[in-house]
Amino acid sequence: MGDRRTLVVAGHGMVGHKLIESLVERGATAEWDIVVFCEERHLAYDRVGLTSFFTGTTVEQLSLVAPGFFAGAGLEVHVNDPVVSIDRQAAKAVSRAGRVVAYDALVLATGSYPFVPPIPGRDLPGCFVYRTIDDLEAIRDFAATCSVGAVVGGGLLGLEAASALCHLGLETHVVEFAPRLMPMQVDDGGSAALRRRIEELGVAVHLSMQTETILAGAGGSVAGMRFAGAEDLRADLVVFSAGIRPRDQLARDCGLVVGERGGVVVDGGCRTSDPRIYAIGECAVASGRVWGLVSPGYQMARVAADRLLGGDAEFSGADLSTKLKLMGVDVASFGDAFATTPGAESIVYSDPVAKVYKRLVLAAGSHQVLGGMLVGDAAAYQTLAQMARGDMPTPEHPEDLILPDRAGSTAGAAGIEAVAGTATICSCNNVTKNAICDAVTEGALTDVAGIKAATGAGTGCGGCVPLVIDLLKAELRKCGVEVANHLCEHFAYSRQELFDIVRVHRLTSFSEVLTGHGSGWGCEICKPAVASMLASLGSGYILDGEQASLQDTNDHFLANLQRDGSYSVVPRVPGGEITPDQLIVIGQVAKDFGLYTKITGGQRIDMFGATVEQLPAIWARLIEAGMESGHAYGKALRTVKSCVGQTWCRYGVQDSTSLAIELELRYRGLRAPHKIKSAVSGCARECAEAQSKDFGIIATERGWNLYVGGNGGMKPQHAILFAEDLDRATLIRYIDRFLMFYVRTADRLERTATWLNKLEGGIDYLRRVVIDDALGICGELEADMARHVESYHCEWKATVEDEGRLARFRTFLNSDDSDPNVVFVRERGQPRPATDLEKSKPVEALL
Amino acid sequence: MTLTENATWIDVCGIDELVADRGACVRAGLYQIALFRLSATNEVYALSNYDPTSGAFVMSRGIVGSRGDIPKVASPMYKQAFDLRTGECIDDANTSVMTFPVRVVEDRVLVGIR
Ligand code: SRM
Ligand SMILES: Cc1cc2nc3c(=O)[nH]c(=O)nc-3n(C[C@H](O)[C@H](O)[C@H](O)COP(=O)(O)OP(=O)(O)OC[C@H]3O[C@@H](n4cnc5c(N)ncnc54)[C@H](O)[C@@H]3O)c2cc1C
Ligand code: SF4
Ligand code: FES
Repeated sequence: MGDRRTLVVAGHGMVGHKLIESLVERGATAEWDIVVFCEERHLAYDRVGLTSFFTGTTVEQLSLVAPGFFAGAGLEVHVNDPVVSIDRQAAKAVSRAGRVVAYDALVLATGSYPFVPPIPGRDLPGCFVYRTIDDLEAIRDFAATCSVGAVVGGGLLGLEAASALCHLGLETHVVEFAPRLMPMQVDDGGSAALRRRIEELGVAVHLSMQTETILAGAGGSVAGMRFAGAEDLRADLVVFSAGIRPRDQLARDCGLVVGERGGVVVDGGCRTSDPRIYAIGECAVASGRVWGLVSPGYQMARVAADRLLGGDAEFSGADLSTKLKLMGVDVASFGDAFATTPGAESIVYSDPVAKVYKRLVLAAGSHQVLGGMLVGDAAAYQTLAQMARGDMPTPEHPEDLILPDRAGSTAGAAGIEAVAGTATICSCNNVTKNAICDAVTEGALTDVAGIKAATGAGTGCGGCVPLVIDLLKAELRKCGVEVANHLCEHFAYSRQELFDIVRVHRLTSFSEVLTGHGSGWGCEICKPAVASMLASLGSGYILDGEQASLQDTNDHFLANLQRDGSYSVVPRVPGGEITPDQLIVIGQVAKDFGLYTKITGGQRIDMFGATVEQLPAIWARLIEAGMESGHAYGKALRTVKSCVGQTWCRYGVQDSTSLAIELELRYRGLRAPHKIKSAVSGCARECAEAQSKDFGIIATERGWNLYVGGNGGMKPQHAILFAEDLDRATLIRYIDRFLMFYVRTADRLERTATWLNKLEGGIDYLRRVVIDDALGICGELEADMARHVESYHCEWKATVEDEGRLARFRTFLNSDDSDPNVVFVRERGQPRPATDLEKSKPVEALL
Repeated sequence: MTLTENATWIDVCGIDELVADRGACVRAGLYQIALFRLSATNEVYALSNYDPTSGAFVMSRGIVGSRGDIPKVASPMYKQAFDLRTGECIDDANTSVMTFPVRVVEDRVLVGIR
């Protein structure tokens, strides 16, 4: 063992960990003992995703280190113990805890620290920086007593910090010295669009402001800010985000060469002026600069790993293109965004109303894309960035790429096919298009998870995932693999094909379907899908016999699973109409069972925080009061929203509420490929938002207009006018047919909008099927629906009336307790799930 | 990780109480244990009820099935699949849950805990 060598890694951040991973992957531990010093209390975590800490992501979820990773031979890590000095003569590193390690090679991966300008008052309680989990925890705790927060710095990180303050419920201000936001990424026009968008979200933006003093209040902590030549701003919390500085102190102390503006200077092999010492990530000056993004850091980590193993990899600079979604605003900047190339010309598209700004930088006299910036709509980012990198030919009219889509024309949106094979798709992990395509073909991969596992693409900042998905689809199409359409590995059929099989062969159980037409034992995809088909085709109570094992937990407990393992309860409120007595019942039940209540976006009331064993008792009370299941848990009809209509409203031309109630009662419980939503408005003012529903109805003087194929959600789409001025009977007949045709032919988890988009022949074809009966199936469709309407029963009623069915509602088979990990605290007079931190507090604080 | 050495065997339920192909949860000592009786393999598997991704104790409420030859359960929260035999997460090599040894003796289910 005498020839083993020791590598010391100072700093276990994103880049330090990438180095260790690369080394381990390449078998370096056969030869090297790797000793890691980690200054923070946590092993390496995803700093890029840090802000998600405020939206519920836990420290464990942020971690980049697989459990047990450091248990491997040749690896040793010291948490909460930074390197404090390096003796280059003796080749030894010393840690704060007094550990002395002799090294054969040492890597500095100490990252950077936030720069805090030397302003009086910057050390007051209430002043923070934004870099580590500890910083965020401190901000969160302090913010609990604050109402106004300010961020110094309107760059990428400053805006991210501002979004965090908004999340914490503070009135938020951003103060920037420069005359624009994100001065490194966008120009004045871009900044103006960005500013309007951010102000719309309630964040006040103050540009060209020089902070002179942080003011202290009576209690000695922050009370406000004073500027040069402007009024004071009240604030009880200030976050500094005015740029980063490399952490090069260790290097300075031991005499390594550092850059003019800080940072450890390294050569192309990431080696410092001492050949045994390397520097990587944000502490290094490589190719003449500090690289403040994770992707170049990862490249350096791979270069250093290669060098340590005797290779000759080179770091030669990286692409600084960025795309981010800040507080829901798309901002992207790529290539030569500021047109610094001699002779470069710009095309600018600006829409102050839509708050969109796009600039495309082109080479002199040609149409080669050099760079650009996109604010408010960055859909074209991937394509343009590839062009700027020279990985994709520029089309003849590149300006089309930044002009808004006119009536569905996808002007020049060249597909992924046009990207060169050698082009880098994932810059974080350095994965090329070829590498992904090869992985897909060789590994017979069919999903993004597989690609992530095989190539690492998409596992860094996540920015490339949409491109990876496009690539996957294109590859599968090319291979003629139709997997995309197969339900899952157990059934080589699309949902539609399987539905026909089940219907035609009159199958009534999953086992029959699987034995006759599938393989394996099923899974969480095909089991609920088949259960839904059986239910749509009228196979009774969905939880009897084998059916019980097919259902997702929501359907299994007839309630919606919440993040902590508790469930929610949603009684049906047809059309949103509810009597005072029903309101009182809901209120009383919620009070008696300690539930949180909220008005939903679907015109009804949701009660949260029920344990499994409480569900039957809660429902017994609701049913007794005449209420029934709202199917919020099922892929089924949700709500038919309504406006008050002609009955009350001075503009109403029909009784929209009555129609909504009738429709909701007709289609309640209908199991479908995805959830179905509807609404009825009493006049063209459209207060019920019917045009955003799977089927929506708007009253006219002469009857009802029917719209189909709309939805809100992830990809909003307006419904299309299907037929006009229908009488009530015709309207219902068309909806019956429409719904049943959808249930028969859509893919799993396909809402009507997506289904209609893919339907060959589109809305005209749909009209021919539903109105003209072109397929001759309307009789069948109507009969299917009639059967559904007739056999409808409330699943909860059927459950509480049956002892056997009730047996299921227990947390433990061998105990009457409920889950001790479901714990609530009170907030604004109601219970809510306790956070991990609160759970670890003394019990008195809990409810 | 499986706890086998020096295990204490605890009687948690009767085999009939386990609905085929649907999980159930039992308490044993300080553990919440998710039990699954698979009709395809005719085996009973025991995993921790803790879902590492969400931090909630819900694994017993997942849907069971197969991936290739691997018997698995999908977490009901975010749907990661776990190998019922080893507790390893099939979708994410960095994640796993504890497994416990199971014996069925005279129609009683015993799980081994340390
Ligand atoms: C409770 C509620 C939010 C609220 O507090 O208001 C809600 C809550 C959930 N929504 Fe929603 N949605 C709620 C109204 C909406 C609306 C508004 C509406 O219906 O008018 C939308 C947009 C409209 C639409 O669907 O077209 C909406 C779009 C979604 C989507 C995205 C669907 C899409 O096609 O993109 C999901 C995800 C999904 O279904 O796959 C979702 C999923 C969910 C789930 C089921 C997520 C989950 O799996 O846990 C939430 C659990 C509900 C629960 O535990 O009870 N929810 N959700 C609303 C319940 C309405 C009701 O009374 O049933
Ligand atoms: C909120 C936020 C959002 C970001 N968003 C993005 C983004 O969207 N895209 C992007 O590309 N980049 C982003 N970044 C930047 C990205 O996080 C960094 O580029 C990356 O973390 C740099 O990695 P590193 O390992 O060099 O430094 P770090 O991740 O900072 O790790 C350095 C570690 O070394 C430790 N250390 C320092 N001195 C010592 C010592 N003497 N001994 C032992 N340990 C020591 C530090 O405590 C730290 O844990 C963001 C950063 C922040 C803070
Ligand atoms: S938008 Fe819907 S799915 Fe998302 S958090 Fe709100 S309720 Fe849940
Ligand atoms: S580009 Fe960041 S994960 Fe792929």
